[in-house]
Amino acid sequence: MDVPADRADSGSADPGSPRRRTAAKVRARPADRIFRFLSTGSAGLIMVILAGVALFLIIKAAPAIAANWSTNPDLAGGTTHGFTSFWSYVGPLIWGTLWSSLIALVLGAPVAIGIALFISHYAPRRLAGALGYLVDLLAAVPSVVFGLWGIFVIRPFIIPFQDWLNQYLGWIPLFSGPVSRTGSTILAGAIVLAVMILPIITSISREIFLQTPRLHEEAALALGSTKWEMVRLAVFPYARSGIVSATLLGLGRALGETMAIALIISPSLIFSVHLITDTKNSQTIAANAALNFPESNPLQRDALIATGLALFIISFGVNFIARWVVARTGSSGRRKEKVVRSLPPSDPTAPAADAADGPVLARRGREQAAEEAEG
Amino acid sequence: MSATAVSNSRRPRGPVPNALTSGQLPRLVELYTLIGSLAVSAAVLAMTGFSVVGWLVLAAVVYLVGIGILSTVVENRRKATDRVVRGLVTIAFLLALVPLISTLITVVMGGAPSLTWDFITKTGGSVFDPKTLKVTVVQGAWQAIVGTLIITGIASLISIPIGIMAAIYLVEYAQPKQWMARTVTFLVDVMTGIPSIVAGLFAFSLFTLLVGPKAFSGISAAIALSVLMIPIVIRSTEEMLKLVSDDLREASYALGVTKFATIVRIVLPTAIAGIITGVMLAISRVIGETAPIFIAASFTDNFNANPFNGPMQTLPVMAYSGYKFPSQDIASSYQSAWGAALLLVLLVVILNLIARVVAKVFAPRGLR
Repeated sequence: MDVPADRADSGSADPGSPRRRTAAKVRARPADRIFRFLSTGSAGLIMVILAGVALFLIIKAAPAIAANWSTNPDLAGGTTHGFTSFWSYVGPLIWGTLWSSLIALVLGAPVAIGIALFISHYAPRRLAGALGYLVDLLAAVPSVVFGLWGIFVIRPFIIPFQDWLNQYLGWIPLFSGPVSRTGSTILAGAIVLAVMILPIITSISREIFLQTPRLHEEAALALGSTKWEMVRLAVFPYARSGIVSATLLGLGRALGETMAIALIISPSLIFSVHLITDTKNSQTIAANAALNFPESNPLQRDALIATGLALFIISFGVNFIARWVVARTGSSGRRKEKVVRSLPPSDPTAPAADAADGPVLARRGREQAAEEAEG
Repeated sequence: MSATAVSNSRRPRGPVPNALTSGQLPRLVELYTLIGSLAVSAAVLAMTGFSVVGWLVLAAVVYLVGIGILSTVVENRRKATDRVVRGLVTIAFLLALVPLISTLITVVMGGAPSLTWDFITKTGGSVFDPKTLKVTVVQGAWQAIVGTLIITGIASLISIPIGIMAAIYLVEYAQPKQWMARTVTFLVDVMTGIPSIVAGLFAFSLFTLLVGPKAFSGISAAIALSVLMIPIVIRSTEEMLKLVSDDLREASYALGVTKFATIVRIVLPTAIAGIITGVMLAISRVIGETAPIFIAASFTDNFNANPFNGPMQTLPVMAYSGYKFPSQDIASSYQSAWGAALLLVLLVVILNLIARVVAKVFAPRGLR
């Protein structure tokens, strides 16, 4: 739009005329300014939206938190029946949310890291991209579809498995009975949750595994280590913080998942560690809100919104810690590099610059290789 | 090689054990072990009772134990560990494919019978017949398809401009150390982590405070989806804009082109393929969200194409409510729930395919 005008200005007739040049500049400016304003405004809007989310949740949640739960008639029936305060209502829900996510994490994270390792270091190079795409496809499946899948496939599938667990490991409180006959247990829900957090943990750890310095890997192999020893010596130490943060981000995803839990589990609002019973499954915040929202009166809805606020704070905390882990190790990694540079060279006759050049040259080499690969 | 280095007089006759290859298992040993363990576990299960799942699980265990022992005996413990780990990560990967394939098969099997032309084009719901006092369920998803398209459409109209503009701010205008850039980057991270149901509760709170207790509406659900979609659009667009090489920008500035024209004429066209791909993936992510729409727009059997008035039905909510709040004809409710789920999966697959095609078609010449 402005390019032809500018060109005409500088190329044709009278390039030296100050008046024409100002005219062109003035013409170019409004668009420039408006565009700058719009993009800055959009960025500012992000702050407004997030502040709005927190603000409106707090405004709606306040009446339910402040209400007297034992005497208020609006809270006497339905989901809030029998609770003496908001805190006694939200407590079991927070426990259930953390508990189900934790089980999902224990089941899902090792598999996810294994998949990431397979795709980054074990799979044939040519197939790696396609295989990664397959795992990413899991992220595209809508959560309600996973919920239905859990009901019709996982529930019947785990019933014999639960019997087996109860028979041989029933002395552990986790697996004590009475065993569910429907399969609507927190274990079934957590298995589906584990499947849902696989893609996020896998994709982040895969990226980090691929960033391992090539020279570290080759050094390990040159010392005669097997592939697994190379992974343990070079890849894992380098990727440790990345794995931690990927796992935490997966946990964040699991905390907020609604549909899988709401559809599969037959819940009760209690503190319970039982995995395979019908009546002692801890309920999660998200599923509780989704299940009870349609049938609640306004004050109960406020109470559900207040539990949502608690969920918001928890997942904010988890995400915050995850980012903090990344940021902290990022800077400490840089600090390590500095330490290496300031160390005297092992051979006192060698010029000191060589030690510092090592990583730099290596990085440059890798960039060149990447460019060649792209070209 | 080592054999040829030995002097002629001491050269042994016949095949020589090679120092580099002795003490190693043959190349395809893992394949042989796999076939062997499949056969062994099939034989074991044939005696006790055969099931495909049990067979595969047992075969995996037999394989890991077998290759471990074999390699420990013939090679050494280190190599055995290596082979077992290789087996483990491969099994982990195959394990991830199981739910993917199983989900797709279940959805297609469940939804295919109800996926007819009538199902797509008719408004469904329960019909009460006053003469026979019976409730019959009409299969139909038209109201849900329209609702999904309207709600996702409005959410996209809100999120795509805001997301792209904010990403342009972050990449083109912001100084890296500036407080606003850092704050926005941090807040986008926070927004990415907002649980979807919290977005729904937020939209519901907002609209009850604005318009009163009858707050269920399509626009409210669209706002909820925007909260989830904006950070995804920002992240993907930001990545794409960062990939545009600075040489292009500097060449443009050197020709005296303004910043606005540089961004619109140079930077965006270069990155457009990636941006559109990211947007498509963002849409496919939010189109399947159930919880926020369920909270903000509730569910209904009536046809409602006005996003500003009353509850709206959508495909994911139809799949959820069809199962969780069935009408009297339970089988028929389940049937339409599966139909809605299949339609939803088809929509997501189509959006993903479009994203891939766009990435190929719009890629600027000479790049990628």
